[in-house]
Amino acid sequence: MASKQRFLITLVVSLAVFSLIFAGPVWAKVEGDTIIFGAAVSFTGKYSTNGKHTKNGYDLVVKRVNEMGGVKVGGKTYKIAIKYYDDESTPARAGQLADRLIKQDEIKFILGPYGSGPTKGIAPITEKYKIPMVEGNGASRSLFNKGYKYLFAVLSTSEQYLAEAIHLAAEQAKEAGRDPSSVKIAIAVENDPFSMDIRAGVVEDAEKYGMKVVIDDKLPKELTDMTATLTKVKALKPDVLVVSGHSKGAALAVRQTAQMKVDVPMLAITHCEAADVVGKFGGDANYTLCATQWAETMTYKDDWFGFAGDYAEDFEKEYGYPPPYQAAESSAAVLVYIDALQRANSFDTEKVRDAIAATNLQTFYGWVKFDETGKNIAKPMVLRQIQKGRYVPVAPTKFASGKVIYPRPKWVDR
Amino acid sequence: MILFAAPIFSLQLLIDGILIGAIFALAAYGMALVWGVMKIINFSQGEFVILGGFILFTLFKAGVNPFVGIPLAAIALYFVGLILYHIVIVRIVEQDLFISILATFGMAILLQQLMNQIFGADVQTVNPGLDTWFLFNNAITVLQIKVVSFFIAIILGGCLAAFLKKTRLGQAIRATAQDTRAARILGVDTNKVYATTFALNAAICGAAGALVVMTWVIQPFAGLAYTVRSFMIVIVAGLGNVAGVIFAGLGLGAVENFAGFILGAEFQTAFIFSLLVIILVGRNFKLRLRRKYLK
Repeated sequence: MASKQRFLITLVVSLAVFSLIFAGPVWAKVEGDTIIFGAAVSFTGKYSTNGKHTKNGYDLVVKRVNEMGGVKVGGKTYKIAIKYYDDESTPARAGQLADRLIKQDEIKFILGPYGSGPTKGIAPITEKYKIPMVEGNGASRSLFNKGYKYLFAVLSTSEQYLAEAIHLAAEQAKEAGRDPSSVKIAIAVENDPFSMDIRAGVVEDAEKYGMKVVIDDKLPKELTDMTATLTKVKALKPDVLVVSGHSKGAALAVRQTAQMKVDVPMLAITHCEAADVVGKFGGDANYTLCATQWAETMTYKDDWFGFAGDYAEDFEKEYGYPPPYQAAESSAAVLVYIDALQRANSFDTEKVRDAIAATNLQTFYGWVKFDETGKNIAKPMVLRQIQKGRYVPVAPTKFASGKVIYPRPKWVDR
Repeated sequence: MILFAAPIFSLQLLIDGILIGAIFALAAYGMALVWGVMKIINFSQGEFVILGGFILFTLFKAGVNPFVGIPLAAIALYFVGLILYHIVIVRIVEQDLFISILATFGMAILLQQLMNQIFGADVQTVNPGLDTWFLFNNAITVLQIKVVSFFIAIILGGCLAAFLKKTRLGQAIRATAQDTRAARILGVDTNKVYATTFALNAAICGAAGALVVMTWVIQPFAGLAYTVRSFMIVIVAGLGNVAGVIFAGLGLGAVENFAGFILGAEFQTAFIFSLLVIILVGRNFKLRLRRKYLK
């Protein structure tokens, strides 16, 4: 027993010494000629796939900006770098790590984590230390009604994700000579803050048109089967079925509507790309409407990457897969920082915060302009329809490169 | 209500529920076995199921026919179970129930994270290439894969029951379940029995997982749903009641579907849990009556 204890003590001590040796110097906000940003991103846990996209998005900008000479602040040019921690996909851990980044590592500029949950974990910390955070992956609108002054989000908030689908359904009804109020909506969303926001947006817009919500299911977090909900869809025959439940919900919705041959004129979901519904289900995924923050066919441009399409090309060359919007919005967050630092011409966090708040910037990802709550109000959501295995932007009209196919062909005809 | 407006859909719900229930019953069967023989509530049951699914998914990617993959997944899980037994379970067997819950819960977390590292956090599925049957002018759909799963689950359950009844090892397992000390005195190597039981349970879960990945979707953190359902089925059926486990599994599947249909998906699980509470209270009440009688 004693020898076991001694062994354990030796192990702990040697590990501590080992980590001290390799911990290296303490990261400061600016080290020599490098500006250091801090980010807690999910490398492990359930968000690890999207965490990887987030990191790749950040890293691509770091690489590009450094290649192009760097950032000019106060007459001197600086390179940029990012210090990462793994938040293990848990909000509490993300909060601890933000504390550590700011207090221990003395980092003054924070980039967001992946997901609304971890972002909610970090926001109170950055607020407490008055350190700005620019994030591209926390869309829940509950982040923007707390009066945070140092939180800025480049993406559209979640209640906008599928609201466009309701407009589209109303348009289609009008075209068919029907009153939009005759449209019946079925909603099946996961019972989490993000999806409940999506539901709120859909319900709000449906009410505007006087549409009737015939199914309003909240799916459990441990969702494995949507049979009960889809049977209801078959029974009540709504015109629009809205599903949101991250990748799991997307995969189940596409798979089970095909398996059960559920004929619904419009199926609108989120996370198509993340769930890779086209790769997994092929033709069964056709005609599905997918909400996206960004598409490579959009015509925005900036000085760092050029057009959205150029960004997509660069990204694929670097990482070997086309950029999901989670990567694009992460890149945009760094670009906002770069722009703000140059305009602030200082490392003073208050000045940088004010410069971020005053951002009016076109990036390859879209226009960025924050309202007083810190959310981006200059960029709309895009709705894409999967047609013959390809994502075709169909709404809003300004970005549409194809026409929506409505209603979805019946399964017997496919 | 909608159920009465369109009675045909209740048939759909019933069929689906029963077919789904068979897969749950399979996982529950393994749990009942481990519980009965080793007095361990295995909280990593769901993770075994998901791991089986991921193994089938990997084999499928490598070009293996998914139906050939089912036994392969079961065999792989058998060895995983054996290894886990020798590393963890051997230390907690015959100890306090609380310790075994903690240990298997820890195992569940470890397995989740390992699967996340190895297979990634993405949602995965295997397309078995089977079609759907349509009845009553498309109103009712029956997935062939669910029917196949149903029969595989029933056959596996039957094989297991036969194994426990007929073979020497099976008899040793049952003897251990009845009275560990007596079995040991009579020369049964209980350690070996424990190892086999646990590995067998893992193998059953592996087969169930292979069916799950073909029917629905899996991801590393989806295990809990299967653990909870297995637990519930075993509670409802009562320990050591093989037929009970199967019927409870089928029944729960159907009841769950109806609850989701009528009350909405948000009450699907809540309804099942309420049912569990009612059953436990009812059973407690019955036991009390019996005690009174014994006095």
